Amino acid sequence: MSKLNSKIPDGPLVDKWTKHKTALKLVNPANKSKLDIIVIGTGLGGSSSASTLGELGYNVKVFSYQDSPRRAHSVAAQGGINAAKNYKNDNDSIYRLFYDMIKGGDFRAREANVYRAAEVSNLVIDHYTALGVPFARDYGGTIDNRSFGGVQVSRTFYAKGQTGQQCLVGAYSALTRQIKAGTVTMYPRRDLLDIVVVDGKARGIITRNLVTGEIERHSAHAVVLATGGYGTIYYLSTLALNSNASAAWKAHRKGALFANPSFVQIHPTSIPVMNSYQSKLTLMSESLRNDGRVWVPKQAKDPRKPNDIPEEERDYYLERRYPAFGNLVPRDVASRAAKERCDAGFGVGPTGLSVYLDFRDAIKKKGKKVIESSYGNLFDMYEKISGESPLETPMRIYPAGHYTMGGLWVDYNLMTTIPGLFAVGESNFSDHGANRLGASSLMQCSGDGYFILPYTITDYLADDIKTPRIQTNIPEFEKTEADVKERIKRLLSINGKETATSFHKRLGKIMWDYCGMVRNEEGLKKALVLIKELEEEFWKNLKVTGTDSELNQELEKAGRVADFFELGKLLCMDALNRKESCGAHFREESQTETGEAKRDDDNYSFVAAWEFKGEGQEPELHKEELKFEFVKLQERSYK
Amino acid sequence: MNGIFSSSIGKKLIMSISGLFLMVFLLVHLIVNLMLLVGNGETFNRAAHFMATNLAIKVVEPILALGFIIHIIYASIITLQNRKTRPIGYINSSSNGVTSWASKNMYILGGTVLIFLVLHITNFYWKLKFGEVPTLSVDNGLIQMEDAYSLVSGLFVAYWWFDLIYVVGALLLGFHLSHGFWAAFQTLGWNNKLWIKRLEVVAYIYAIIIATGFSIIPLYFLILK
Amino acid sequence: MNIKLKIWRQPDAKSNGRFETYPLNDVSSDMSFLEMLDYLNNNLIKEGQQPVAFEHDCREGICGSCGMYISGRPHGPQHKTTTCELRMREFKDGDTITVEPWRASAFPVIKDLIVERSAFDKIMQSGGFISVNAGAAQDANSILVKKKNADEAFDSATCLGCGACVAACKNSSAMLFIAAKVTHLALFPQGQTEAELRVKTMVAKMDELGFGGCTNTRACEAECPKGISISNIAKLNREFFVAKLKE
Repeated sequence: MSKLNSKIPDGPLVDKWTKHKTALKLVNPANKSKLDIIVIGTGLGGSSSASTLGELGYNVKVFSYQDSPRRAHSVAAQGGINAAKNYKNDNDSIYRLFYDMIKGGDFRAREANVYRAAEVSNLVIDHYTALGVPFARDYGGTIDNRSFGGVQVSRTFYAKGQTGQQCLVGAYSALTRQIKAGTVTMYPRRDLLDIVVVDGKARGIITRNLVTGEIERHSAHAVVLATGGYGTIYYLSTLALNSNASAAWKAHRKGALFANPSFVQIHPTSIPVMNSYQSKLTLMSESLRNDGRVWVPKQAKDPRKPNDIPEEERDYYLERRYPAFGNLVPRDVASRAAKERCDAGFGVGPTGLSVYLDFRDAIKKKGKKVIESSYGNLFDMYEKISGESPLETPMRIYPAGHYTMGGLWVDYNLMTTIPGLFAVGESNFSDHGANRLGASSLMQCSGDGYFILPYTITDYLADDIKTPRIQTNIPEFEKTEADVKERIKRLLSINGKETATSFHKRLGKIMWDYCGMVRNEEGLKKALVLIKELEEEFWKNLKVTGTDSELNQELEKAGRVADFFELGKLLCMDALNRKESCGAHFREESQTETGEAKRDDDNYSFVAAWEFKGEGQEPELHKEELKFEFVKLQERSYK
Repeated sequence: MNGIFSSSIGKKLIMSISGLFLMVFLLVHLIVNLMLLVGNGETFNRAAHFMATNLAIKVVEPILALGFIIHIIYASIITLQNRKTRPIGYINSSSNGVTSWASKNMYILGGTVLIFLVLHITNFYWKLKFGEVPTLSVDNGLIQMEDAYSLVSGLFVAYWWFDLIYVVGALLLGFHLSHGFWAAFQTLGWNNKLWIKRLEVVAYIYAIIIATGFSIIPLYFLILK
Repeated sequence: MNIKLKIWRQPDAKSNGRFETYPLNDVSSDMSFLEMLDYLNNNLIKEGQQPVAFEHDCREGICGSCGMYISGRPHGPQHKTTTCELRMREFKDGDTITVEPWRASAFPVIKDLIVERSAFDKIMQSGGFISVNAGAAQDANSILVKKKNADEAFDSATCLGCGACVAACKNSSAMLFIAAKVTHLALFPQGQTEAELRVKTMVAKMDELGFGGCTNTRACEAECPKGISISNIAKLNREFFVAKLKE
């Protein structure tokens, strides 16, 4: 237990952060430039952290596997970014945003962290606006807001369907300003291959230059991970193809605890799998369910075209099961319901793994023009991919892996259990509990980077002002570099027959089938066996072309997939351990008579933080009890 | 203004301003030349005489020559610089259906127009200025003017292939202008989403007027005389 | 369907490249263009050959990573589409598809179809930002912005930084890229303070990095996956002249 000191300050919820900030130590400007900070990742979390630390005067080094910071996957967020501005005068407040997040996360997040995220959300919006992010505006010149993700207030700031891109370009521009100023050095096309720990503290990293293949050592007084989530463990997901878990996993292996790995959000409305070559599931905005009706035929494997199936032979299963919320039930509920129908054999499309999202009735009622103007760009996107127009024939959709609430365990200062190693944004576990609400991911990672980490990391560095620049010729660097090189050599020397992508696909299928939307003990145990077998096969039969001293995308993939095997096992173990259903985690053994999720607050109101105990060893579980002093635990119901 | 003309945009500004200036000249030139089609030649001769003797025109003449020279020199500089930006080209480059042929071949079009211009100057301007052209006396001998009309009609009636060259020259010029006209405004920054379409239409109208206007003259002499 | 691919292969920046032809059978029309390349690569690896290196990430048309010159056009034959959004149903059985990297001296080839686009980042670093530190901003609604300006700024800001404009332009000009950024920031009151400095430094950087000048062919606009208009370039020119005149 001693491992987990969350450092949550005492006192009333509203005062916690203010009080805590006052107690944090400072570093004087002259000393800041003598302190090096490494930031991994350039999405909203990474860019915001790096630019702000640069503005403060630290010597920052930023790493990204992409050619430019602007391509990080924050770019793909569509819907928006939340803030408790109450611009709509609909009685929104920091408390309400906090409460919606805590409840939406099914009471599996820390009150103090969530409240702080809500508290700094307003500053984030102010900053993005100042950076020139073109949020949608009203004719009077003020910023517009919309309601998103089923909440009762309009607090979502948006830039059409490209809010993530617009915020990232803003954050990137602030980062480039610091690069010009010389406070930040950018290292693009670098893969983090390991973290260097010196005397128990994170002091550097080993990277691979993706163009030349050179293995490099970089040192710093502190390291910040902003490496996003691990949703690509399912192979097919809404994530960018190169998104990976390796940085977080290396940190885990070096001693950082991994919290709630099984909390993975499955988004209900993605374009389904069309063929076995498919590499990516494209998200269709949640907003479509405002007008679209979800259904499957009443007759299993009905061969007719959707428009030929008469009304009475259609099963509008969401409306049937959840009369109060109907098609607008939350993401996790909608996802599970679609899976249930498809598993029962009622799925549609060539693979039988999709359901219809039908706009026929909405078109009849509101007119084609109105529907087209509301969803035109989404329909175009769908048509580009599927070749069918949703105005003529129902869309086919299916759930897809989307966001990982789990991640590296961090304390209130966003520091992992390795001193000097911090984690921000999706790479940490802290703010979304067991389920994330729409438009709160951009909010959290930006808040972390702009307004939380710069304060807390300073507190940590205040004790380090006398530590000279870390040398990279010390044994710890040499050892870590040797390990990294050894592993690359191992990957290249297997010389088997199967590609990393092929193994990734097979792993993804195991994860999806047994540790996806619905989990049970038997399945999870089976998955653990299957993953282990596949991992053994991987290390015997992997084929990587090329060498380590060139641009080698196969080698990059192989390293990432190797880490996914290890993470996959932890994911299943965590899911197995949590014998309750909560948020996105649904255990079949823990459901109500009508098939709804059943939480077990008495036994599982804790954060499961796993400690790596060495190769082939069982990880050790540490529990951080979640105390709810300010909200009352409730049951979620959408009947 | 520091270094404005050494920047890529500044160089284009020179192209744009000199181009617009030349376009104004072309219009005046066309109006005067269309007098060839009116009456028995005296109208044209009077107009030509006015243009040759008017003080203001005399002042403008060297500026016009300078306009041509600057336009040509800068076109060459820009083209040479731009060609260096792609050492290895594409093997397959298909049209997107939007980009006009003229816009991509302005230097070639300009070059052929220049060859035509040299021929044109040798044919007429040079002879009027430095050669022996018979003079006529009008207004009871008050005005002695060169018989430019006979010079033009002589050439166009006697040699059918000169007519052809002049028609081709006018068409090439027309193509050059169809892009050059609106592009000049675009470069100056006098453009937006609405005006792009309008300026393109105006550019085509202007180019058609210039091309047909200058083509009519040789054709008139070829067919009707 | 069965197709033939003619792809530029180049082992690294220093080596010379050449075209290789690969026949590819049983291509599904539902595949995306990149999935078709995945499929080709899978075959190549099985045959013990080096797969074709190409850049890609989000595969939903927003990150700007992918970019290839496909059958004579940046991002292929479909209008307003990135390479990853392109589908094989745009092609016919028996087609020969040429795939070339972006060609520009400012975008040198790193390997096969991957080019170095850091010149764009350098241009951005020269001035493509609003100088405001975190924490220094006032309330987001304290500065009003006309809806028309905000909408126009958004249209300009949709730029992905993919480089198709440079690839399409016969002069390898980066004018549309810069123009989009200058326009986006100049349309906001927040961006006004340093607008003159911004446009001057960005244009100077573009010239320095070996991009060509604009000759108004409109190829950039026609090939931009986000359809960014050349009216942005007119605005850039205007901003540039005004800034220079005020010097």
